[in-house]
Amino acid sequence: MSTVEKEWPLYEVFVRGKRGLNHVHVGSLHAADDRMALLHARDVYTRRNEGVSIWVVRADAIAASSPDEKDPMFAPSGDKVYRHPTFYDIPDNVPHM
Amino acid sequence: MTLTETAPGASEADLERQFEATIARHDRIEPRDWMPEGYRRTLVRQIAQHAHSEIIGMQPEGNWITRAPSLRRKAILLAKVQDEAGHGLYLYSAAETLGVSRLELTELLLAGRQKYSSIFNYPTLSYADVGTIGWLVDGAAICNQVPLCRTSYGPYGRAMIRVCKEESFHQRQGYELLATMMRGTDEQRAMVQESVNRFWWPALMMFGPPDADSPNTAQSMAWGIKRNTNDELRQKFVDMSVPQAEALGVTLPDPELRWNEERGHHDFGQPDWEEFMEGVKGNGPCNAQRMAHRRRAHEEGAWVREAATAYAAKQRGAAS
Ligand SMILES: [Fe+2]
Ligand SMILES: [Fe+2]
Repeated sequence: MSTVEKEWPLYEVFVRGKRGLNHVHVGSLHAADDRMALLHARDVYTRRNEGVSIWVVRADAIAASSPDEKDPMFAPSGDKVYRHPTFYDIPDNVPHM
Repeated sequence: MTLTETAPGASEADLERQFEATIARHDRIEPRDWMPEGYRRTLVRQIAQHAHSEIIGMQPEGNWITRAPSLRRKAILLAKVQDEAGHGLYLYSAAETLGVSRLELTELLLAGRQKYSSIFNYPTLSYADVGTIGWLVDGAAICNQVPLCRTSYGPYGRAMIRVCKEESFHQRQGYELLATMMRGTDEQRAMVQESVNRFWWPALMMFGPPDADSPNTAQSMAWGIKRNTNDELRQKFVDMSVPQAEALGVTLPDPELRWNEERGHHDFGQPDWEEFMEGVKGNGPCNAQRMAHRRRAHEEGAWVREAATAYAAKQRGAAS
């Protein structure tokens, strides 16, 4: 099936819910170009004040890790327990820490 | 693009164990995780069918947009039908994370190789049907969709959360419409009752065949795709609807419907499952009309898609 040429490219959509928050991935959509992707994202993903800002990115421009395959990608953070505050014992009588 | 398609040296059995462990922890499966082929296939079929239902589901209500009785009702109905288009798109977007394309799914629907919910094969004969659909059809959809927010496949669950947030408006506008008519004339009250009589049984069918005749349920529940059986959800819907019907002042058309003190649930009759099977096979009252309309919309929209593609290509050419 020649769906590849017939179909508009896929865009991933990120919405900032309100000022002060990160853009969060909400889904995807098809559009002929960036401007249409933004307009469609507004209509599909923000019909009820869900956002104050939208990012759209061509899906084929995203490089991704594989979440389930923790090794070796995420291993370096696993064995550095000293990065967490709970690693350090502070006596109970020390306040404000 | 992924860094590694599979963990180095991981055998199929290891991957399957990892998948099962994720399901057992009630954790979510995400698009780039390894998953059994059957799991992927079941999800594609279910999500596509769900997406198609949202899109086809615009037709019965869309039928009344130009004839809405007031500007207020027209604005509400337009917004509701637009939401259903949005639901279809959320779901196609979730399906696409499984490696199928929306166009491919649309073509399968148009070729009759994928299905949509049989509820949308019933005609909308009066404006009261707009209210009844909101109350009972969206109400049944909510019963189905709330547990799906916890389904094991991440993108499907997230789409369902989005959908559920919007469904409450759908159900309430329908109930309010019916309540308004019930405060009107005898003729309007009769319209409401007649509409409820037609939609009650098809709404019960929306949960699918009885558990004994639903061979795929066990596997879907083991995979965490489904969280409740068809009969459990149907019971929940009946228990929720009875007090709503009483408050509205309509009778649900089931002589066997009564409260069972021992069970703590309502007993109720079974819908006509032969009628249901006929609808699934494509012989429901409006199957041909719904499919013809969908096909026409797709074909008549082709020039818009092509023109937008050509324009985008031209703009890119001018920019470089
Ligand atoms: Fe919907
Ligand atoms: Fe709805």
